[in-house]
Amino acid sequence: MSETSDPKVHLTRSHVRALYQEMLRIRRFEEKCAELYTQEKIRGFLHLYIGEEAIAVGVMQALQPLDAVVATYREHGHALARGIEMGRVMAEMLGRQDGCSRGHGGSMHIFDAATRFYGGNAIVGGGLPLAVGLALADRMQGRPQVTVCFFGEGAVAEGEFHESMNLAALWQLPVLFVCENNLYAMGTALAISESETDIHRKAESYRMPAAAVDGMDVVAVETAARRAVEAIRGGAGPVFLECRTYRFRAHSMFDAQLYRSKDEIEAWKAKCPIEHLRAWALQAGSLHAEDLTAVEADVLAELDAAVAFAEASPWEPVERLLADVMTPEAPS
Amino acid sequence: MSGTSAGGAEITYRDAVREALREVLQQDPRTFLMGEDVGRYGGCYAVSKGLLDEFGPERIRDTPLSEAGFVGAGIGAALGGMRPIVEVMTVNFSMLCLDQILNTAATIRHMSGGQFSVPLVIRMATGAGRQLAAQHSHSLENWYAHIPGIRVVAPATVTDARFMLRTALLDPDPVLIFEHVMLYNMTGSLDPAADPVDIDRAAVRRPGRDVTLITYGGSLWKTLVAATELAGQGIEAEVIDLRSLRPLDDATITASVRRTRRAVIVDEGWRSGSLAAEISARIVEQCFWSLDAPVGRVCSAEVPIPYPKHLEDAALPQTPAIVAAARSVVGR
Repeated sequence: MSETSDPKVHLTRSHVRALYQEMLRIRRFEEKCAELYTQEKIRGFLHLYIGEEAIAVGVMQALQPLDAVVATYREHGHALARGIEMGRVMAEMLGRQDGCSRGHGGSMHIFDAATRFYGGNAIVGGGLPLAVGLALADRMQGRPQVTVCFFGEGAVAEGEFHESMNLAALWQLPVLFVCENNLYAMGTALAISESETDIHRKAESYRMPAAAVDGMDVVAVETAARRAVEAIRGGAGPVFLECRTYRFRAHSMFDAQLYRSKDEIEAWKAKCPIEHLRAWALQAGSLHAEDLTAVEADVLAELDAAVAFAEASPWEPVERLLADVMTPEAPS
Repeated sequence: MSGTSAGGAEITYRDAVREALREVLQQDPRTFLMGEDVGRYGGCYAVSKGLLDEFGPERIRDTPLSEAGFVGAGIGAALGGMRPIVEVMTVNFSMLCLDQILNTAATIRHMSGGQFSVPLVIRMATGAGRQLAAQHSHSLENWYAHIPGIRVVAPATVTDARFMLRTALLDPDPVLIFEHVMLYNMTGSLDPAADPVDIDRAAVRRPGRDVTLITYGGSLWKTLVAATELAGQGIEAEVIDLRSLRPLDDATITASVRRTRRAVIVDEGWRSGSLAAEISARIVEQCFWSLDAPVGRVCSAEVPIPYPKHLEDAALPQTPAIVAAARSVVGR
């Protein structure tokens, strides 16, 4: 996570390597999750972010440690890119006690107080008002923090989206809204669910600065996010980024993908954000083949350790079934 | 109607709620009131009249008609360190923010493995009697009492209206406060010994030996009138004011019913799936061998609340029906 407030992206070797490594961590983590799902070690819903990694990684570069993040049920990438330990995220996937939510939430409900990561919200659109409130609290307490709210393009049909746009713009709150437009709300294409398919224009109608960004290009996302966060921290009110992207995998593990063509999927896979950065970095000389090998080895080592940690983690005892429903009374 | 108990200063229920708000706003800079028409209008039921001048528009925050948006923002602000008091104009409109209350406020603590509590207070008007017809008159607090992860209270006296708010704000979890619309104009005496009040326990508002009448909120006063009538007929009814609808104070209920051996529940909700049904089940589960008669219920008729006075009256629990139900279980 960057400590700098410099809105420019400096593509040093180490930064390019970090961007590449962060995206690869998410990719390999989720490939492993799919494998663990087929082994029935991960159950329930599993929504993979594969193909969209550039957005979480690019945006997180612009944040400082005390900024807040609100994400969706497709949030493994955001959790990892925000800095939650991979072992704790994997333990959550497996429903184990050392999971970042003690295993209570699973894939869709990753929370972490230390990084101000407020979910893991699986009601589409439900996280947006939460982000508005977190930003309101920061503003009312005079803190310089920014709240970043991720959501898919499906959320923009919800009333909570419009209510939140209005409140954030009306009260000029420090929120960065990041719409991850992957073109399909589950299996419903944008064009058959929205009268206005240029999502960022909806935000503009609330008098909020808004732009469309190539969500397959991590540098483009980071650049846009840094500018936006800088402006928001400077008091400019909320900013909206529509990141255009594509989910390479099915919506969840139960999706036969009848609603889109193989050609379309292949065309988007050709824009893979990880391949894209790798090709660019090699050509530009920012990374060498041995760097790539080293990164791959680092990621696989981290992943192996994460899986081992998760599998060794105990189950939450049944005695704790009700323990976190209400806050225990503080000893007086 | 009078909520008089001997001793303290006379005050209306409306003024008691306003004094409670003023006190917490003065004492805790983290508190603020947010909702539709709470500021310039002075509150739909004039509860917050004058507070805008005293505390300013940041802390007496008028909102757009966006129940999901501003309730969700209240949840976010609570997570962000504030102590928001959100006013939802009536429980009927709270259906628009049920998602936020159920899926976010009530679940975040558990979903996050105990990392995040939501210290939020939501106030709502509830109930019928003002000829406001079928979209402004319902008593849906029972639906909220169904939800683990929140507390639900219903102040029926001026003392509870005055002092429950502060206790609710000390609670680390969400507390919903239901204020019956027919109580706002009621005058009563503040109990000088009531500060601070607990919000866990039911209160015996009238002792009696022959039958236990269990009720809450606006129905308390009808039930006390019924108890007076019953006394004239030689039946001494004990009247329990639940005060807390979640959790329910089983101990107070069962102690009374075991003594009187008869119970009638008076509840302005619809009979099917009502709070009265829940209490009835608990009495049967816990006091079956002490009962001398089946548990009685006086609830609202299963009809959207009608506009004309005679039909509205006919739809609601009224004193004659309470008297009749009590006589029926007593067998006299």
